[in-house]
Amino acid sequence: MATIKSLDDLTRIRKEVLEKRKAKAAAGQIEVIVGMGTCGIAAGARDTMKAILEDIQNNNRVGIVVKQTGCIGLCEKEPIVQVVIGNQPMVNYGKVTPGVARQILADHVADGKVVQNHVILL
Amino acid sequence: MKTIRSMVLVSSDPISLQRGAQGVFDRLQAEIKTYGLDEEVSLAMIGDVGRHDALPLVIVYPEAAVYGPVTVEDVHTLVEEHLYKGRIAVDLQASNRELSGKIAWLNTRKGTLPAEQRIVLRRAGIIDPTNIEDYILHDGYTALGKALTESTPTQVIDEIKKSGLRGRGGAGFPTGTKWGFVAKEKSAKKYVICNADESEPGTFKDRLILEGDPHSIIEALALAAYAVGADEGYIYIRGEYTLAQERFKLAILQAKEMGFLGQNIFGTAFNFDLHIHSGAGAYICGEETALLESIEGKRGQPRTRPPFPTTHGLFGKPTLVNNVETLANVPPILLNGATWYRSFGTLSSPGTKVYTILGNVNVTGLIEVPMGITLREVIAIYAKGMKGGENFKMAQTGGSSGSIIPASLQDTPMDFDSFGKAGVALGSGALLICNEDTCVVDLAKVLLNFFRTESCGKCFPCRIGTQRAWEMLDAIASGRATLKTLDQLMELSTNLYNLSYCGLGQTAGTPLKDILTHFRAEVEAHIRLGVCPAGVCNTKEAVH
Amino acid sequence: MPVATMKSNKVQEAVNAAIDRHGVTRDELIPILNQVNQALGFLPAEALSEISQRLKEPRSSVLGVASFYHMLSTKPRGRHVIQFCESAPCHVVGGREVWETLQESLKLAPEETSPDGKWTLVTTSCLGICGVGPVIIIDEDVYGNLTADKIPDILARYS
Repeated sequence: MATIKSLDDLTRIRKEVLEKRKAKAAAGQIEVIVGMGTCGIAAGARDTMKAILEDIQNNNRVGIVVKQTGCIGLCEKEPIVQVVIGNQPMVNYGKVTPGVARQILADHVADGKVVQNHVILL
Repeated sequence: MKTIRSMVLVSSDPISLQRGAQGVFDRLQAEIKTYGLDEEVSLAMIGDVGRHDALPLVIVYPEAAVYGPVTVEDVHTLVEEHLYKGRIAVDLQASNRELSGKIAWLNTRKGTLPAEQRIVLRRAGIIDPTNIEDYILHDGYTALGKALTESTPTQVIDEIKKSGLRGRGGAGFPTGTKWGFVAKEKSAKKYVICNADESEPGTFKDRLILEGDPHSIIEALALAAYAVGADEGYIYIRGEYTLAQERFKLAILQAKEMGFLGQNIFGTAFNFDLHIHSGAGAYICGEETALLESIEGKRGQPRTRPPFPTTHGLFGKPTLVNNVETLANVPPILLNGATWYRSFGTLSSPGTKVYTILGNVNVTGLIEVPMGITLREVIAIYAKGMKGGENFKMAQTGGSSGSIIPASLQDTPMDFDSFGKAGVALGSGALLICNEDTCVVDLAKVLLNFFRTESCGKCFPCRIGTQRAWEMLDAIASGRATLKTLDQLMELSTNLYNLSYCGLGQTAGTPLKDILTHFRAEVEAHIRLGVCPAGVCNTKEAVH
Repeated sequence: MPVATMKSNKVQEAVNAAIDRHGVTRDELIPILNQVNQALGFLPAEALSEISQRLKEPRSSVLGVASFYHMLSTKPRGRHVIQFCESAPCHVVGGREVWETLQESLKLAPEETSPDGKWTLVTTSCLGICGVGPVIIIDEDVYGNLTADKIPDILARYS
């Protein structure tokens, strides 16, 4: 990425990134975001992440970007997984075991049905 | 807005609802109407009030009278006596064990986010910490760009001074003043250091920022360096935080690549280089002079002060040391202005404070709320009440060096000054909430075990005192102590405070003083009766 | 304080690698010791004297630093090191039971290594993962929300 030499550079880069993201969202990109802070990992986030990646591969699910984020500060609900489909608002899930993760991919990501009993309100 | 003279609140947590809170609410509505009071009295359901021994509760303001458990049959008397005749219906009042009635804003706060005013945590858990684009998209590096191109270092310091920001490491020293001390030193070489040796038991706010938003600390350190005239910085991350170290290493690489670190940042004459120093497992290195010793490759033992690090710090040069949470406040203050920052918190302690909520509560985790919120509110709103509806016995604040706060102080606003007046310490923001199954002697033993393990050994009051204190507590817990032990313990607490070299030893005695002040009867029961009232300690060795 | 020994050219290699990476400077003593400790599992007497010669730093001061920090060890450790958090937040939410179970299942007291060299059990101060306490760390793996009955399954994962 380009080196930034002035405030204008920064503003320009921010615009570019924003455009890029907007285009992806408009194209219906699906983002699955796993909370991978140390407490998330301690509560099993690595297993959840592994299950998500395996499930995507096993079922040939396409157009999904799997990302990680830090800890949001709701330790009680870890592991936490967030799902964003295109321009729709983000859905947050708590206590996502590998089983729940597979259910989220099958019902929510593939079928558009939110897995209500694991949704948490932030 | 219509003026009301009374506000009636009904608890509506799951247990209250199960015990007929809805019926009570409906009957209240009807009775208030019958008496023609519906224009002057407001009625609302308020969720969990954090007290579960007498549900459902009805609370009437402005008298703050607490009634409970209230049945549908009681409502008539309650409305007639309190709302119509204006006298408290004494027979219906809940026993006043721990309620002093200051839960006035519960209603307005209901249903708000777990951390509605996130300043330092605004990006944690939202952005991808491994992607600098995410940070830039969320206003990243704008404060730095603006400061470098539009403000002088003095203007930056003045803005921080005006904001009233105080150090979040525990002591609460005004940040702008500290920056000013380093800035006025005349030296060709100065350092800025971020203290990320977060080891205070129960505290992990810094880890959250480092793991979730590392670029905010890089930006803040660059701003601090610009303000005080430094060109090199360190971040001292504790050795156990491996994930935080990895994320930070990556962030530094990205920042260098894009020119936020290095030479001629934002095309100006400002240069800044940043290194990570990993701790190796020593709580004492959170003390700023011990931290400097550790970066220099020595045993982490505190230095004599004065001279202070602001004049003779790392390698003898003027050095600014700030805590992670303090620094995380800097970019938003410079971006939005001191006035904006002062709109949060209290007059003497502006801004927000990050608390970690732990222990016997329904929801553990981390919240960022304005300074001045009370413990009762934290438990009721953010922790969603005590686990299993148990009673709140005490809270231990600020990790091991904080205070043990009894239930009677739970309505004291949590800011530096109010806590100081009440004789307790805010510390680093950990709130360990305990129910009545927790024994104060056992808890104090765990805390003192921490201090005797972590004492660096430099000065003997701390090295020997913490060990002796632990032995005395062990004697109390196992029924071997006499009442004289308690006097010795109190004396030891005072001596630790007066004679120790640094903060570790000085605060080690606080739990001793606290349990003897607030829970003397419980401690004495171990000795006089050979019984642990909470059923935790094994006093079988007692000989009576 | 006893410092264990290790007769092997591995010591030399580890010290060389660490000094090459961090440089011949006293300021880097802690990172050097850290790297050697990771490579060898502990800091044997041979490594300490080698480092002291290379950095021209008294052996007493190298040992002083090596024995000061919890993450550096002058005793050999087992293949797997279990760190149990003994601070108050984990203690009040059931840490005591977990600690007793750990000691019983491993038949080890704190700071001990099993005779077969598999396990070392140590206590540690707060690890900052209190929200999911009680917590243990085995090598680099973090386990949270522990109860006594989860211990056997977790231990069985290590060979």
